[in-house]
Amino acid sequence: MLDITKQSLSELVENIKNKKLSSSEATKAFVERSEKSKELNAYITEDYANALNKAKTFDEKPNLDLKLPGIPMAVKDLFCTKDLRTTAGSKILNNFVPTYESTVTQNIWNEGAILMGKLNCDEFAMGSSNETSFFGNVQNPIDKNLVPGGSSGGSSSAVAAQLTPITIGTDTGGSIRQPASFTGTVGLKPTYGSCSRYGIVAFASSLDQAGPMAQNVKDCALLQEVISTYDEKDSTSIDFKRNEYSKELTKDIKGKKIGIPKEYRVDGMPKEIEDLWKKGIEYAKDCGAEIIDISLPHTNYALPTYYIVAPAEASSNLARYDGVKYGFRAEGENLIDMYEKTRSEGFGAEVQRRIMIGTYVLSSGYYDAYYLKAQKVRKLIKNDFDDAYKKVDAILTPSTPSSAFKIGEKTNDPVSMYLNDIFTVPVNLAGLPGISIPAGHDAKGYPLGLQIIGKAFDEQNILNIAYAMEEKINFKNNINDWWIK
Amino acid sequence: MSKNKSEYLINRHDNQYEVVIGLEVHAQVTSASKLFSTSATKFGAEPNTQVSLVDAAFPGMLPVINEYCVKQAIKTGIGLKAKINKRSVFDRKNYFYADLPQGYQISQFKDPIVGEGKVILDMPDGQKEVGIERLHLEQDAGKSIHDLDPKNTFVDLNRSGVALMEIVSKPDLRSPDEVNVYIKKLRSIMRYLGTCDGNMQEGSLRADVNISVRKKGSKEFGTRCEIKNVNSIKFMQMAIEYEANRQVDLIEDGQMIDQETRLFDTKKNETRSMRSKEDAHDYRYFPDPDLLPLEVSDDFIENLKSEIPELPDEKKKRFIEKFKLSPYEANILVSDIETSNYFENVIKKSDVKLATNWIIGELFAALNEKNLEITESPISPGNLSKLINLIKDGTISGKIAKTVFEQMMEGDKDPKKIVEEKGLKQESDPKALEALIDKVIDDNRDKAIEYNSGKVKLFGFFVGQVMKVSGGKANPQLVNEILKKKL
Amino acid sequence: MSIDLKTIKHISKLSRISVDEKKAEKLAGDLNSIFEFIEKLNELKTDNVEPLTSVAETTLKLRSDEVKSKNLREQVIKNSPKENEDYFVVPKVIE
Ligand SMILES: [Mg+2]
Ligand SMILES: [Zn+2]
Repeated sequence: MLDITKQSLSELVENIKNKKLSSSEATKAFVERSEKSKELNAYITEDYANALNKAKTFDEKPNLDLKLPGIPMAVKDLFCTKDLRTTAGSKILNNFVPTYESTVTQNIWNEGAILMGKLNCDEFAMGSSNETSFFGNVQNPIDKNLVPGGSSGGSSSAVAAQLTPITIGTDTGGSIRQPASFTGTVGLKPTYGSCSRYGIVAFASSLDQAGPMAQNVKDCALLQEVISTYDEKDSTSIDFKRNEYSKELTKDIKGKKIGIPKEYRVDGMPKEIEDLWKKGIEYAKDCGAEIIDISLPHTNYALPTYYIVAPAEASSNLARYDGVKYGFRAEGENLIDMYEKTRSEGFGAEVQRRIMIGTYVLSSGYYDAYYLKAQKVRKLIKNDFDDAYKKVDAILTPSTPSSAFKIGEKTNDPVSMYLNDIFTVPVNLAGLPGISIPAGHDAKGYPLGLQIIGKAFDEQNILNIAYAMEEKINFKNNINDWWIK
Repeated sequence: MSKNKSEYLINRHDNQYEVVIGLEVHAQVTSASKLFSTSATKFGAEPNTQVSLVDAAFPGMLPVINEYCVKQAIKTGIGLKAKINKRSVFDRKNYFYADLPQGYQISQFKDPIVGEGKVILDMPDGQKEVGIERLHLEQDAGKSIHDLDPKNTFVDLNRSGVALMEIVSKPDLRSPDEVNVYIKKLRSIMRYLGTCDGNMQEGSLRADVNISVRKKGSKEFGTRCEIKNVNSIKFMQMAIEYEANRQVDLIEDGQMIDQETRLFDTKKNETRSMRSKEDAHDYRYFPDPDLLPLEVSDDFIENLKSEIPELPDEKKKRFIEKFKLSPYEANILVSDIETSNYFENVIKKSDVKLATNWIIGELFAALNEKNLEITESPISPGNLSKLINLIKDGTISGKIAKTVFEQMMEGDKDPKKIVEEKGLKQESDPKALEALIDKVIDDNRDKAIEYNSGKVKLFGFFVGQVMKVSGGKANPQLVNEILKKKL
Repeated sequence: MSIDLKTIKHISKLSRISVDEKKAEKLAGDLNSIFEFIEKLNELKTDNVEPLTSVAETTLKLRSDEVKSKNLREQVIKNSPKENEDYFVVPKVIE
């Protein structure tokens, strides 16, 4: 049998179901590889001993009807996990141990998967390079000193390096798709309201969505099938008919109309990205899709809109971290002093910056000029997509305007960092599903991704398109295990 | 309106000032669980025992709204003759405080669930209408306890997340008396509706009082101050008097009034500026992205309308028209739902006029003396109506009835039994009365002669004697008739 | 449009994050470049556009009035930074 950690999720599930592999063997293999991979800094909290115990328990009475039977996996440290520290990558939650479980992770454990640990991420998911984490930056397994993307950087790194067969991330403005693109992996941001937000540390409530990250489209579909459920505990969870995405997955996309938005040809976009996109269009045609030029006229306004809406919501969502109920507290002379010191010492620079932006755009005298304005432009952006979907079934774009960059390269220039999400952010603003699949390499050999954006609740369609294109692209990740000593 | 006897004015030198008052009443919705979480709302629980992960704002916790609270707010809106908004929005009001775990209060800012309405006040010199600006739903905060520890403040989150209706009046109130009647009327309406128990001791009803003063006749409003969280009508009245006079003094002194939030110190009987003023509040309201807009259908509202009981104003009208009560009597009997229920139960089987007098007179006095609510009355409506019927059919006199009533107050006994056991039945047998009267006349021959020689005033003496000899049981009407014949 | 140090101080007060001079200056620089980028929105006329709060095109679902959460005092207090079995504890507040 193939090296266990080289197997995809689907292969692992099949081998466990056919009793060719036990959960303990699988868990042990991934734990061992994770232990050898400390240099990647993908984990914030390891829970290996428990994972091995759970695997043993599973093997004693294996329920092979489950969708993820005894599959070990690590998850982004933004999901609250019962009795296991959950930090959101922040000092302010450094010692926080939830007594409850997020709905998404509960769904996963209900299908038999086993938690190995919590993966690094940008602090409160605010970042595009995993450099804002209190627990240090994460290495991209593609190359040393290369960022894995963010905010789900620990997740993308861990999947690409095969420390975990699959994982889940969260995506507020591109935090699943951009790191997937940077690491040559597949990441799906589902429709807003598809996966419950209950128990996920909130960044921006109207944008946050959990989603699967995997090595291939099929694994991604299977995990999406598990995590997407209607949840009464989340008032924004939407009760719609969910497909059995992995079972209904097909490469037959003949006649599907795929739109190419001209506004995504942004100024200064590297030729490599342009070429990748063109290649993607050819692949889609090869699969039998019909290519249609479309326009999303407000694309250029998406990032400015996002940098009002997301910080505004974050400034309020993060007000609960005040040193009173849980988490870090700095002592102060009085209540206000305690608050100010706690939050100043507990939050990192990027989080503080965004809280300040958010506070400012909501403050008296500026609300209409910024927040209200942004909500109106958000409407225009959504209208663009609604119009486009009268003509097409899906939209194809690059995932990112560049490949992964070096650690430290953009840390002093917030705006250039924010520009990373230029292609992903509109999708969050409109609440649509989007998937990034690896589609090629740049001159340096770094992976590049293509994004397929779907209609709301039409995850199956973009998974199908991705599945068909994946076969044509036949991407191979160049990973040489450089970090393993 | 013409000249108002109860007009409340403050006189300084040659100037007369009028007080302008608006109230923001916070009424706790009677619901078993909280507005956005499933923890209990019971009063008096051990600290922090009714706190869910949502109430304590744990990471990843989300609000889910309680349908019952929505219904109660709409019902209250209907009771206030207000516009019900089919679409309303929940906003976050952002500020930091120890007993506000989320760092924001979920409230309704731009689009409240209930719009404009009105409340009618019955003042001694006529009716007065007070406009309602709006009613919105919001979360209560927790409680900070400052006196358990010298260095620390303790926080109890049991109240955190409890549903409140904030009822905002227009600045239509003009005196402490009107405030008193307004609060009582609001409380009465909500108790009729069952939407708020109105218990001020337990904090179910509190108010922020907005006060300004202006020279009498002026059309412009003065600068107002808001007195936060006053939890009794008496304190509201005291705070208004103090604050209005403070503002008048400032104006007379040529000074400006700062628009600010003040606190009523119940020990010193004064209002003072709150310290937290140091950074002017900027609540940064914005729609709560964890909650979608609340939409209710016409059917939903119509169903609730069909559940609305007869309210005090309508009941009063009915009592006056159907039972011929005076407005004064009707007002008293409808003032709270329990009293009106009691009254209506009594008159099911007895005379309205007598019932009204007995309830407003004897019963209220007796309950008052024992410090009991009408729901705790030892005399059930059934037994009171029996007592009234005993009077009405001549079994006992009104005077004897009072004795029976006193006995009944000692424990709920059937008045018929009391009358029988104690032999209090009225003597209405003409033969027996004649014998009694003969004896009295016999014993007072000289007085009888005087009477017959024109001293008609002595008739009363004979009635008194007969009553005395009969132990109060003689039917006074018959005694009168027979005496006239015999004398 | 320029965010000065006074504004930075004001929003840091509102957001309960202390800033010293150095940090304030850095923040002012960052925020100014971010807002310069945000100002792009002013190119758009939006007078007749309805603001979009949520992309979820459904309305709020209502739950029934049932008490489900039990006494969680131990759980709820467990993570708090100050030891006390019954209460959350903060520095003395004077009202
Ligand atoms: Mg108020
Ligand atoms: Zn209020």
